Amino acid sequence: MTPYFDPYNADRPLMLKCSCGKDHTVAEHQQEMSAASATAELKRRSLTSEFEAYSNAFIEATLVKALFPQDEVRRRFLRAVGKGTAMAAIGSVLPMASLQAMAQDKNALEKTKLKIGFIPITCATPLIMAHPLGFYSKQGLDVAVTKTAGWALIRDKMINKEYDATHFLSPMPLAISMGLGSNPTPMNVATIQNVNGQAITLALKHKNNRDPKNWTGFKFAVPFEYSMHNFLLRYYLAEAGINPDTDVQIRVVPPAEMVANLKAGNLDGFLGPDPFNQRAVYEEAGFIHVLTKDLWNGHPCCAFGSSTEFIQKNPNTFAALYRAVLTAAAMARQPGNRELIAKVIAPAQYLNQPEAVLTQVLTGKFADGLGKIQNVPDRADFDPIPWQSMAVWMLTQMQRWGYVKGEVNYKQIAEKVFLLTDAKKRMKELDQKVPEGAYPKFKIMGKEFDADKAAAYAKSFAISKAA
Amino acid sequence: MNAQRSLNFRAALLSVLMLLVVLGIWYVATASSTAANSTAGMTAEQIEYAKMMGKDPGSAKSTGFPTLGQMGTTIWGHLSDPFFDRGPNDKGIAIQLGYSLGRVGLGFLLAMLVAIPLGFVIGMSPLMRKAFDPFIQVLKPISPLAWMPLALYTIKDSSASGIFVIFICSIWPMLVNTAFGVAAVKREWLNVARTLEVNPLRTAFQVILPAAAPTILTGMRISMGIAWLVIVAAEMLVGGTGIGYFVWNEWNNLSLPNVIFAIGVIGVVGMLLDLLFGQIQKMVTYVE
Repeated sequence: MTPYFDPYNADRPLMLKCSCGKDHTVAEHQQEMSAASATAELKRRSLTSEFEAYSNAFIEATLVKALFPQDEVRRRFLRAVGKGTAMAAIGSVLPMASLQAMAQDKNALEKTKLKIGFIPITCATPLIMAHPLGFYSKQGLDVAVTKTAGWALIRDKMINKEYDATHFLSPMPLAISMGLGSNPTPMNVATIQNVNGQAITLALKHKNNRDPKNWTGFKFAVPFEYSMHNFLLRYYLAEAGINPDTDVQIRVVPPAEMVANLKAGNLDGFLGPDPFNQRAVYEEAGFIHVLTKDLWNGHPCCAFGSSTEFIQKNPNTFAALYRAVLTAAAMARQPGNRELIAKVIAPAQYLNQPEAVLTQVLTGKFADGLGKIQNVPDRADFDPIPWQSMAVWMLTQMQRWGYVKGEVNYKQIAEKVFLLTDAKKRMKELDQKVPEGAYPKFKIMGKEFDADKAAAYAKSFAISKAA
Repeated sequence: MNAQRSLNFRAALLSVLMLLVVLGIWYVATASSTAANSTAGMTAEQIEYAKMMGKDPGSAKSTGFPTLGQMGTTIWGHLSDPFFDRGPNDKGIAIQLGYSLGRVGLGFLLAMLVAIPLGFVIGMSPLMRKAFDPFIQVLKPISPLAWMPLALYTIKDSSASGIFVIFICSIWPMLVNTAFGVAAVKREWLNVARTLEVNPLRTAFQVILPAAAPTILTGMRISMGIAWLVIVAAEMLVGGTGIGYFVWNEWNNLSLPNVIFAIGVIGVVGMLLDLLFGQIQKMVTYVE
């Protein structure tokens, strides 16, 4: 027997199309069903007490870790002031108690009908999957996650208050708050949506030209000026002695057009968001030259945030939103869920991409376009902590490439935009001992970055526009 | 009459023939891309790699230009369920068209409310015509989409900005044609009206309007054509809903069959709109 028809069953009509009545093949039916059943399965997993405990701990750990990035400092602080004070300090910024109680106490929400914007890329995974999995509604929120045509539009719609909160490129809230490319409007990053998850993809014709030193005259694309994509690509090129402003062309191009242009030969490569790197491989237009994970392991990419005004006006709503997104991030972090997540976010209303492409991105087992299967489980990861030192690094790069002129008060801007530093201010007000050194160091292409020496760092590059 | 009918028949036959030739070329050009993959002589890893590239053994991946068969499935898929609504990001083609037509209709209506009265004023008064002329000359050639960033920035609402862009692009042909039509009303008719001491409002409605109506409608027809051109581009920029958003969303998925389908739909709807205005134009045209 095949699964296609059922000619000898007396209880069923013999239709020569799918038995669900819709006009599609059985294979398509199974695919659609599998997306639905993947949602159901993930939902089931999210309802277990084990996951609940895990996600609660995850959220708390995220908050504490953001406040005390250095473990030693955290322990010293906890020993000095005790658990209660520490929790109160965090709670003064993001009401932990109301985070926990939100499920019961729905009246506290200032606003329940929300509109959240997203760009259809895998970076938005937690934000998107929180919708079909019901994490928003569990927090008492009626959220419309709205696909948006481009980053400039995300910026405009946030400034226009059409969106209540949104998917950002993590440097965008810095740029908008500073008034680069728009009126200065204070924005906040609440969590980092994803870390890693980008790649440099080159056109197939450059298969044998993998050394960036020979890339003079190349045409590259990035999705937005104020993006990690732009900063990382520039960094990578400059490390190889290529001046990104004069030796190559870097254009701002929407990701789908990157793939088409790569195919047409108009672009030599791009540093773009997934799934479009994988899509370029899938379309046989290019190959994955290097994952950005290999430039800076754990680098932030996209973020979830909102305007400072919205957060101040709707603290409880924002806390509920924050919790929903963090719960989704907790789910997305577990490698066992990734395959199902790919199914859930593949349909037209979310990413609108082939499931096979998304699975490769999220599981990290992927075809590299050169005939090899690579296995990099943390190719894309979801570590939501908005380290301020990341923000400082972005500011040094904005300075380096001339997006910001003159002196920059790195830490002040970073602490204003990347949430959770308010906690430290409140602690000071409460006469508590404030933890020091909330700026972990990172290594980018082997060079250490110390946020305390940001100004010197910004000037330390051979290729740079910074005076 | 008979000759006319035979001409029509032959023209229709020729049209069908041209369509068949185009489809035939399409069929031949895309036929080679459907060769099935075979797994003969491949290692397990190579087979898995092929699967990751979307080339399941035995099946054909649709790369490049879609075949006629794929096109047919796509068209049927959209037309058989045009009203589905799966959340804000995935709606049926009829719903998307509805949004686009709604925006065009609203912007067009607003443009009409401004352009026709203003056109009357300009057409009736040489002084106003001269005064308005420089502004019209400067504003008319501006591409409607160039207004988009300004609109988004000042109106602070994306769907209102879309409607504004339709408004601003529809207004000029209507304004210019109305002014021209009104100015071209025969002097004798106006003189007769003046002799009979008809009041100006009645003159405008009962003498000038009927006389200028064919020209005004020509302007409206041109405006509608432009508006329909612009809405697709505007929605691609602004996103959210509408046929332009549909094209963008499918392009984002690099799904050519859906993009081609949308192009077809845009063409057919544009033609229907034009026919509609053509009919109205016929109704108000008179033969002296």
